[in-house]
Amino acid sequence: MSDHDKIYSTKFQDKIERSTVLMFVVTAIAVAIGGIVEIVPLFYLPNTAMCSSALAGSDATCNNTQHKMPDGTVISMDKIVWNPATSAHKTIDEWQPGDGVRPYKALELAGRNVYIREGCFLCHSQMIRPFRDEKDRYGHYSIAEESMYDHTYQWGSKRTGPDLARVGGKYSDEWHIRHLNYPREVVPESVMPNYFWLAQKPVNVEETVQTMKVLTIMPFNPIPKTIYTDAYIDGAAAQLEGKTDMEALVAYLQSMGNHIKFEEGVNYRD
Amino acid sequence: MEATQATPVKYDMEVVRWFTIAAAIYAVVGTLIGVYIASELAFPFLNFDLEWITFGRLRPLHTNAVIFAFGGCVLMATGFYMVQRTGATKLWSNGLAWFTFWGWNLIIVSAVVTLPLGLTTGKEYAELEWPIDIAIAVVWLAFGLNHIMTVAIRKTSHIYVSNWFTMGMIVMITYLHVVNSLAIPVSLTNSFSVFTGVQDAMVQWWWGHNAVGFYLTGGFLGIMYYFVPKQTQRPVFSYRLSVLHFWALTFGYVWLGAHHLQYTALPDWTGSLGAAVSLAMIIPSWGGAMNGMMTLSGAWDKLRTDYILRFLVVALAFYAMSTFEGPVMSIKSVNALSHYTDWTVGHVHSGALGWMAMVAYGAMYHMVKKLWGVEKMYSEGLVNVHFWLATIGTVVYVVAMWVSGIMQGLMWRDYDEYGTLTYTFVESVSAMHPYYAMRAVGGLIFNLGAWIALYNIVMTVRQASALRAPGAVPAKA
Repeated sequence: MSDHDKIYSTKFQDKIERSTVLMFVVTAIAVAIGGIVEIVPLFYLPNTAMCSSALAGSDATCNNTQHKMPDGTVISMDKIVWNPATSAHKTIDEWQPGDGVRPYKALELAGRNVYIREGCFLCHSQMIRPFRDEKDRYGHYSIAEESMYDHTYQWGSKRTGPDLARVGGKYSDEWHIRHLNYPREVVPESVMPNYFWLAQKPVNVEETVQTMKVLTIMPFNPIPKTIYTDAYIDGAAAQLEGKTDMEALVAYLQSMGNHIKFEEGVNYRD
Repeated sequence: MEATQATPVKYDMEVVRWFTIAAAIYAVVGTLIGVYIASELAFPFLNFDLEWITFGRLRPLHTNAVIFAFGGCVLMATGFYMVQRTGATKLWSNGLAWFTFWGWNLIIVSAVVTLPLGLTTGKEYAELEWPIDIAIAVVWLAFGLNHIMTVAIRKTSHIYVSNWFTMGMIVMITYLHVVNSLAIPVSLTNSFSVFTGVQDAMVQWWWGHNAVGFYLTGGFLGIMYYFVPKQTQRPVFSYRLSVLHFWALTFGYVWLGAHHLQYTALPDWTGSLGAAVSLAMIIPSWGGAMNGMMTLSGAWDKLRTDYILRFLVVALAFYAMSTFEGPVMSIKSVNALSHYTDWTVGHVHSGALGWMAMVAYGAMYHMVKKLWGVEKMYSEGLVNVHFWLATIGTVVYVVAMWVSGIMQGLMWRDYDEYGTLTYTFVESVSAMHPYYAMRAVGGLIFNLGAWIALYNIVMTVRQASALRAPGAVPAKA
């Protein structure tokens, strides 16, 4: 028996090592399993803010997600995901904080594009964890529905600066503008770059309008046409005209975190 | 490559030479950008109010430059080198290899142009916009096809272990890149992920952690399994351990991504599963590290004289350290402290500088001598200087981040006797200042080493070229 014929491990391993095709196929299967087990269920479970209606391509508002308390009580979703059909407030401009999660208004969406462009997520998270100190510092922990319209999620992975998930309404617009212009004028120890030049950049109207259109045709969690109506998208350009990236970014920051009115004693983490 | 060969097989090594030189250059550039953005965090005036060099725009350029430019060129250089030598065959297609070289470098150039302009998908470690993503897929498949076909036409009976790891990387990175990059464009330079929130986060970290697992770990383990035995001139310590190492990592690593999302809106079971498998991964990872280390048994004295071997051994030590640290950080109670802090950044760099870059340089020095047919580097002493700069730089960097990360985590959760938070957020920011400065110094030390390596490699090539007409290089198997 020559050295090449000797089997040093198992017959199957030896077979794999001698065959490029077998090595390729077995590897391709082995590396696929973990991802399938961890990712695929997230598209079907009720507590991951994935709208099954969206999977069916329907226009219906995405509110068939569900949370259950440990004792089995089902938490009503009416006020968690805003649904113009059942809400007292029928349009995105009528929407009030506490009505539930809504998509971004045109100017906020333009601001979100600025947020992504400038890489804000590299230093600021948008995901509050269920700890006492995070509650005291930032507010109620984040739940899945709050980022259900965030195509390209912005949870982040690092807090060089503070979490921004509930920054909306915490500071005035004037504070934000001063802070974004020259952060160290407001917070001397800050290491954030100056962003005064955002005030000199006009909002990219065309791209923002196009973004709205694209978000309504997304395969997963598209923005319902009942919210981004044709009329709303048509009117977006007028809303954005003359605005700067600075105003857009501030509008985005102010829109964050107050969509849901969280009840005391309710466990939203099932 | 028409010149005389020492062996009957004429390898296609010119493209390997180019990838090697490119890697040495990108290592300098990538770590230099890293030093700059580290300095920006210590001294924010360095942003100079220029939008193109703000931290938020340059940080993706740093990560792309070190991972895809430096790491990618190392993986392609060694991939093409090892697959030919272990199979005793030329490349399946030399032309396709050159397409891969120019394609990959064009992608790097486009990253250098687009990222400072703020053209980004907003996905960490996958920032490049959709036209570049398509180009990456095409060039990556060209690399993969060429590698796998070269394995298929090998003259040896068995596929060598290094090529298993490279093949695993090729398959997995293809899956990851395609799924994670699924997006709908709004313009030529902007697009949005088809996923949102929880699903996007999980897909992103499935990508993020497996880019680490299969590209920065698997791919570089392939390098380790070839160059450690070559440099020590001893066979791999245990064949069976390498089989176990490969299959355990290939099947197991995929599950780890979820541990990046502990305590987020991701369902708890997913993160727990990720952490459980992470802990289990300590066993094969340490088995692999031991396998590399023990390859030196009986030849430890070589470490005194062989500076290249020092790179490879210290790389294995960092590999063992990082693959212990990572699972520990994935445990929920530890993650509660470490997540969002600099500890994560330190962990990444003990892997990227200590493991990946060290093993890469060990392989590059080894290859340079073979590729240009010289007995010694231009200066063996400079290899040693580089080794110490790289080691000290990495340690300084990692220690700074351990201290700052754990300090941040503790400050954020600290309560005073009245039950209120002891520190404001910005107090934690200002407490970081000395460590951010120290981190920049550590990075700078590492970067100096990279300059020395580039100088040494260029001088070695020049010396070799002066000795003989270019291209006439013996390729000893």
